[in-house]
Amino acid sequence: MLSGWFIALLATAYLGLLFAVARFGDARADAGKSIISANVYALSLAVYCTSWTFYGSVGRATSGGLSFLTIYIGPTLMLLCVGVIIKMIRISKAQRITSIADFIASRYGKSQLLAGMVTVIAVIGVVPYIALQLKAMAASVDVLLEHSGGSFQVLGLDSTFLIAVVLALFSILFGTRHLDATERHEGMVAAVAFESVVKIVAFMAVGIFVTYGMFGGLGDLFQRAAASADLGRLLQLDSSRAGTWTALIILSGLAIIFLPRQFQIIVVENVDESHLKRAVWLFPLYLLLINIFVLPLALGGLLHFDGQGINPDTFVLTLPLARGAEVLALLAFIGGLSAATGMVIVETIALSTMVCNDLVMPILLRSTGNFVEKRNDLSGLLIGIRRAAIALILLLGYIYFRAAGEAYALVGIGLISFAAVAQFAPAMFGGMYWKQGTRAGAVAGLLAGFLVWLYTLLLPSFAKSGWMTSGFVENGLFGIGWLKAQALFGLAGLDEISHCLWWSMLANIGAYVAVSLNTKPDAVEASQAERFVDVFRFDSRNTEARLWRGKASPDALVQLLERFLGAARARQQLAAYAGSRGAEHWGNLPADADFVQFAESELAGAIGSASARVMVASVAQEEDLGLEEVLDILDEATQVRAHSRELEAKQRELEAATTELRDANDRLRELDRMKDDFISTVTHELRTPLTSIRALSEMLHEDPRIDLADRTRFLGIIVNEAERLTRLINQILDMAKLESGRAEWTTSEVDMGEVVRESMASLEQLFREKDVALEGDIPSGLPFVLADRDRLTQVMINLLSNAVKFVPGGTGRVQVRVAGSAGLVRIEVRDNGPGLTPEECVVIFEKFRQGGNTMTDKPQGTGLGLPISRQIVEYFGGNLWVESEPGAGANFIFTVPLPAPDDNSGRQVA
Amino acid sequence: MKRANPTRQRLAALGLLGVPLLTYPLLSLPSGELGGIPATYLYLFGVWAGLIVLAAWVAERRK
Repeated sequence: MLSGWFIALLATAYLGLLFAVARFGDARADAGKSIISANVYALSLAVYCTSWTFYGSVGRATSGGLSFLTIYIGPTLMLLCVGVIIKMIRISKAQRITSIADFIASRYGKSQLLAGMVTVIAVIGVVPYIALQLKAMAASVDVLLEHSGGSFQVLGLDSTFLIAVVLALFSILFGTRHLDATERHEGMVAAVAFESVVKIVAFMAVGIFVTYGMFGGLGDLFQRAAASADLGRLLQLDSSRAGTWTALIILSGLAIIFLPRQFQIIVVENVDESHLKRAVWLFPLYLLLINIFVLPLALGGLLHFDGQGINPDTFVLTLPLARGAEVLALLAFIGGLSAATGMVIVETIALSTMVCNDLVMPILLRSTGNFVEKRNDLSGLLIGIRRAAIALILLLGYIYFRAAGEAYALVGIGLISFAAVAQFAPAMFGGMYWKQGTRAGAVAGLLAGFLVWLYTLLLPSFAKSGWMTSGFVENGLFGIGWLKAQALFGLAGLDEISHCLWWSMLANIGAYVAVSLNTKPDAVEASQAERFVDVFRFDSRNTEARLWRGKASPDALVQLLERFLGAARARQQLAAYAGSRGAEHWGNLPADADFVQFAESELAGAIGSASARVMVASVAQEEDLGLEEVLDILDEATQVRAHSRELEAKQRELEAATTELRDANDRLRELDRMKDDFISTVTHELRTPLTSIRALSEMLHEDPRIDLADRTRFLGIIVNEAERLTRLINQILDMAKLESGRAEWTTSEVDMGEVVRESMASLEQLFREKDVALEGDIPSGLPFVLADRDRLTQVMINLLSNAVKFVPGGTGRVQVRVAGSAGLVRIEVRDNGPGLTPEECVVIFEKFRQGGNTMTDKPQGTGLGLPISRQIVEYFGGNLWVESEPGAGANFIFTVPLPAPDDNSGRQVA
Repeated sequence: MKRANPTRQRLAALGLLGVPLLTYPLLSLPSGELGGIPATYLYLFGVWAGLIVLAAWVAERRK
């Protein structure tokens, strides 16, 4: 059944399906209906799981036990640092960054040198990794063919080469549709996400089949393994390798963001920052699931093929085949194929962008200026370069596979790549968080780290493959012992990966920091540093324009864009830009700094920031601002920000002050109005008795014939009104004194009970005249209060006379209760008069306001008694209020606090 | 200056928590086996799954 042709057909069909998915994704993207959701984004990150995961993890687990997990724990932890990744995405979008080489180069002054270096390191580091994928695919095909005893060759070419060709075609079709690399490859992302699903389903199917079909579940597998001395070792962690464990976590944590394909997927292909929220847990979950059955598969393979010499890297295929489950084996084959193809496609696309923009373009632009000058439309050339780069990278991978294929286990090759891309970490992190990091520092760090990596990891791996003598590994370079490649300076006892990581990071970070601290950045570097480190705060609108000064011709810029982007696309972008600036046509726009900036960033999307800068400089005469001036502008921008913050703070203060003033003004107006009211009320109150006195006096004066009885009655009224007038004036004066604080107080110890009793006695006559019952409930032995005795008597008399005024004659009843309670004395004067509405309960304490309808009834008092009483009570720290309901009488209550205990504690009336 | 995003800080804190939990010397603590499955295996996957669940909870919950 598993003939070579059948396998080829199946693989082709699968790639065809992948093609359809990618096509669908692209079509939807073109239609503006992106299928890239948070879930698709999270799944596409699983391009991290290559055939190295699919086949190699099992192989690694057969020798290292659980240590394969470090490769997946590192990314889990790294991904949780969402802030770092969001910063990378934000910077990349702002700067139109298309690759990790572009990122580093752009940060350090758009340096072509750095871009080239990063590209070279990435290509050298990653080609073996691509070779590894080809190797895995070749191995899987071999296993299937071996099983069926067939072989497969077309035109004498081996299957691996054919696979490489197909992959190159696929990458070319989907990776280089558009020129502008910042434009995302949504079809590719969709295909990669689809592949992620396929590979996890396939792997878990095999895992479940082996664990539960061939063995009696996880427990059974582990028990049988534990019974064997050799396998039992795999179940335990070897704590002597604690250093390696940590080193691998660090390494894989760096790889998840710095491998070119991971940078491409996480940063460049990101549609929406919020997708990260899903990826931060969904991707680790994916990693966890795909790893659950790795150790069981390894153990199962070792138990099943005990001593048969089967390559553990192929257990995923050989175990199902051993049980005749050919369909499952084919599913596993497809899973492995997806793992490998996904990686190769994304990696080659990412690398081809880097090779084109950062290696080929600079050379083209520099060496054959006239060649570039001659061509009118370079966009076709650029795409051609990218396609060629994809083919070339795959070819390199194929050559490496052919040459070194059998020398190394899969996992070894992968880790060499990880260690290579880890060299980007100091320049990347330093670039994002440390403004002082300079280009010279980055170059020095990368170079130092790369050389150490080369010497301690890559060259020894070549030596193992037999490509070169292994003298420098065994005896040290030139026979010098402490230059042994994998025991540098005598640092033995580490495995090769930790050894390389330790020394390369020391060299890399050391050189980066030391050189950065001892060099001065140039103007471009300084401004780029600001843009990167302060990406969340950088005020691009105001500052960008001022960081470029010079002369440019708009035609030259437009021409430049048309040449590199293609005429159609350039016009489209120009029109959009003109629209954003409110111009009808880009021809009307001045060639100012903003326009130059736009042109450069458009070019950067196509050919990388370093080359874009060179190209723009070739058509625009830029004035060199110089470091000092750039720093001034940046400082100024910072200062402007600080000033504007200060201004905002001041403005807030001013607003608060204005509000306060307005409130104060309102209060003043209110007081003014109250004063007017007061005067008019006082005048009115004074005039009423005066009018009646005057009228009666005039009558007496003008008419001498009035009889005696009337005369006596009139005189009686005059006397009463005069008394009322006097009382009113006295109270007004009293009130004025109280309010202005000039009242005289004579404070002494006062027995409240006595005050109440005396007041009741003095008004007894009044009550009797009106036939109102007055009852008192005054306990003896009340504590003293500190107050003015006369004033309190005044309050009491006022309350009593109010009460008697409002109760009906005959049935009226006024009760007085005095009680001492916690810290105060409480006096109640309760009547059974008409009562007060809730509004009246409040207004009666205002000046000249009285209970009852003052418009119709004759006023029964001056309207000042209660306000004065309240002032007095409050002066002594007490309260005066009324509890009442209409028809239910009123209960006036006031309290006077007792003096603080230390004043005269315990003294009581005898 | 804008205050740092609390979700990001919580996630980063989870990451920092994961580092000591998933490296030595804590990793050498679990020993023996539970229900036939080695304790180390259970510990590693358990802590890992725990981190993922917490991260999902932090990242996905509505504010």
